[in-house]
Amino acid sequence: MSLLNRPATASVLYDAPGPKTRARYRLFGALSLIGVAGLLWYVVTALSDNGQFDADLWDAFQYTYVQQMILDGLVSTLKAFGLAAAFSLTLGALLAAGQLSDHKPVRWLCVGIVQFFRAMPLLILIVGLYYAFFAKDPMWALVLGLTLYNGSVQAEIIRSGVNAVPRGQGEAAYGLGMRKTQVMTSILVPQAVRSMLPSMIGQLVVTLKDTSLGYIITYNELLFMGKKIASQPLNAAGFPYIPVVLVIGPIYIALCLLLTALARWIEARGRRGANRRTSAAA
Amino acid sequence: MRTSRTLAVALCAVALTATAACGKDGTPGAAATASDAPKLPTYTVKTDAKVDSPIIAEAKKRGQLIIGAKADQPNLGWEDVASGDRSGFDIEVAKMIAADLGFTPQQIKWQTLVSSQREPAIAKGQIDFYVGTYSINDERKKTVSFAGPYYIAGQDLLVKQDNTTITGAESVNGKNVCTATGSTSIKNIQQYSPKITQFDTYSACVEKLLSGEVDAVTTDDAILKGYASKYAGKLKVVGKPFTKENYGVGLNKDDAVLRNAISDALKAHEDNGDWKKAYDATLGASGSPAPEVPALDRY
Amino acid sequence: MGFLFEDDNFALFRDGFLQTIELSALSALLALLLGTLLAAFRVSPVPVLRAFGTTWVTLFRNTPLTLLFFAVTFGLPPLGVHFSHLVFAVLALGGYTASFVCEVIRSGINTVPLGQAEAARSLGMTFGQTLTLVILPQATRTVLAPMSSVFIALPRNSAIAGAFSVGELYSAQQTFSERGYSIFAIFFWVACAYLLISATVATLFRFLENRLAVAR
Repeated sequence: MSLLNRPATASVLYDAPGPKTRARYRLFGALSLIGVAGLLWYVVTALSDNGQFDADLWDAFQYTYVQQMILDGLVSTLKAFGLAAAFSLTLGALLAAGQLSDHKPVRWLCVGIVQFFRAMPLLILIVGLYYAFFAKDPMWALVLGLTLYNGSVQAEIIRSGVNAVPRGQGEAAYGLGMRKTQVMTSILVPQAVRSMLPSMIGQLVVTLKDTSLGYIITYNELLFMGKKIASQPLNAAGFPYIPVVLVIGPIYIALCLLLTALARWIEARGRRGANRRTSAAA
Repeated sequence: MRTSRTLAVALCAVALTATAACGKDGTPGAAATASDAPKLPTYTVKTDAKVDSPIIAEAKKRGQLIIGAKADQPNLGWEDVASGDRSGFDIEVAKMIAADLGFTPQQIKWQTLVSSQREPAIAKGQIDFYVGTYSINDERKKTVSFAGPYYIAGQDLLVKQDNTTITGAESVNGKNVCTATGSTSIKNIQQYSPKITQFDTYSACVEKLLSGEVDAVTTDDAILKGYASKYAGKLKVVGKPFTKENYGVGLNKDDAVLRNAISDALKAHEDNGDWKKAYDATLGASGSPAPEVPALDRY
Repeated sequence: MGFLFEDDNFALFRDGFLQTIELSALSALLALLLGTLLAAFRVSPVPVLRAFGTTWVTLFRNTPLTLLFFAVTFGLPPLGVHFSHLVFAVLALGGYTASFVCEVIRSGINTVPLGQAEAARSLGMTFGQTLTLVILPQATRTVLAPMSSVFIALPRNSAIAGAFSVGELYSAQQTFSERGYSIFAIFFWVACAYLLISATVATLFRFLENRLAVAR
């Protein structure tokens, strides 16, 4: 039972409003609407007074070359994300297995790796990798940095998921004579992944967003292209930082929302499948 | 949650229309160039060039010379985002050198690098060499080597047109001065003002100057004059250089053969007049006549 | 490794370290206040406020932090908002983290048993009283664990501010590598500093967890 699954009008946090309360809510609603609308109006007029919506400042976006650049940047972003996502999930599974190992040295090593990379700023990791090993190919500095950091976080998510599986599940499996590897791979991890899927996808969204750090190490991703458009204006109207943010920002938000929607869809499918199996068994 | 999905689809549609092929081609400023403006020289490519350097051998093998440059400095190192064309004095110098090493302009792959990325990119071989307002100094010589100097600039200040309080380096104390991370300009200005704003590019600084966030931008006059001419009427250069910056071509520390080859190329083009022609067609447009060609320092 | 104790390197490193802590602490404060407010908006009876909370979280959670820094650093001055770069960084980092804090608190509110809110209401408490006196104090306990990962992530994220004219550890790292010191030596010291910060935050949260566990 949760408070939020109920429709908002019948939330347990507050009574079903009577006529007076309804009027008060309407007043609050109107006041906050005015507040938010006023703020928006101020932002829009201030930006427009500042010339941020002048055609000259948006000029760059009508050139095919610039549009192609944005598309190329998008492809590079998705490429780095795809590689980093695949590698980080693999690394996460390996590190989680290592953290749950019965061998002390393996466990300690994996715990150490996870804690270290979880504490290091990704930016510093990526810049360090770029300067030290990957100056010729910045994409791999980005992918490796993302993999090490997100892999460690995924490992923590998987580990806590495995620990959260009811103890009886593991005990029953051991009771059937399964070995540890079998218990892990066929009983605990599948259940852990199912329950932890939202967090894992949440981390994938973080991975996708963090590909934008590639701009600092000359990787030609979306933000790098955006920064280029902003810092090399075609005319003397000024630097189109705000137009670039208004164009690039929605692309990132759309990508992340798509990824989240995909995750929900997978989750819903998984749950449906599970239900079907249970009912068939019963 | 259906709302978020609808939102996602809508945003995606917007993004796609924004990037769909429905745009213009070409360069906006190209047509405006007057017919009597100085013409850019062309350089004869030495097809028989023999440079016994591992970096050049590698470049020959891949058929491309990778040159690092700046992209946001008008008349110096500029890339037009509407066409991808590069222009400016540094770009011309790079083309001269490439021609003498046996590479056509089409065989050059440009790599934009901000100031703080130069040393690692050169030392680790991301680029073959670097031409972009790169001041020769002893600290940098620890990690890279230099051919040149091919131009002498001096650090100056860029301020708003109506600014009368900043008249030189001595008058910036307490003022907010912006410059680029990893440039020599930081150390020089630190002696005059403790309030320093740093970004990775000078263009970010100029934006901050235009919006009034900082009082001045400081770096070499050659760079600042480009911005001043681009934003004529809004910005001006103070005009009192307080340092001497020798621009060199940055390259791998251990490749003396390439360094000599680049020095030879610079010398040849300085002597045959290409240097001056290139200057007039690029930096000359920023409003100062060509200076004396600096003497090469072959160390 | 010894380069840190040459010239004025140590002073630079120390200043960067302190600036990272200052930036993280201020952003954490902003994120906590704003995040709680947003969470209250998201469960409030006023639809406009709920929509505002949802929009904020959707926008800030799904935008790269670097892009937010660009938006704040170059977007606020044209709006007539002029602050130092440290304040800009606090706004970007705090606004970003607030969206995560909001989600953590909201899921924490979810875990408080229904009967608690019902009992509060039957005592005649208003929405504000129910939330601040009954629900949030109880939610605090369950949100501590997920909250600790949000606040361990915050000092790491603060490194991005180094690219936006805040003289913290990342910018110190940049300066050191410009001075030509070995990247491995620099990385070693910077890593130590961040490990120290994240260990401190983790310890702080473990202490809080213990204190509140006793209180229960």
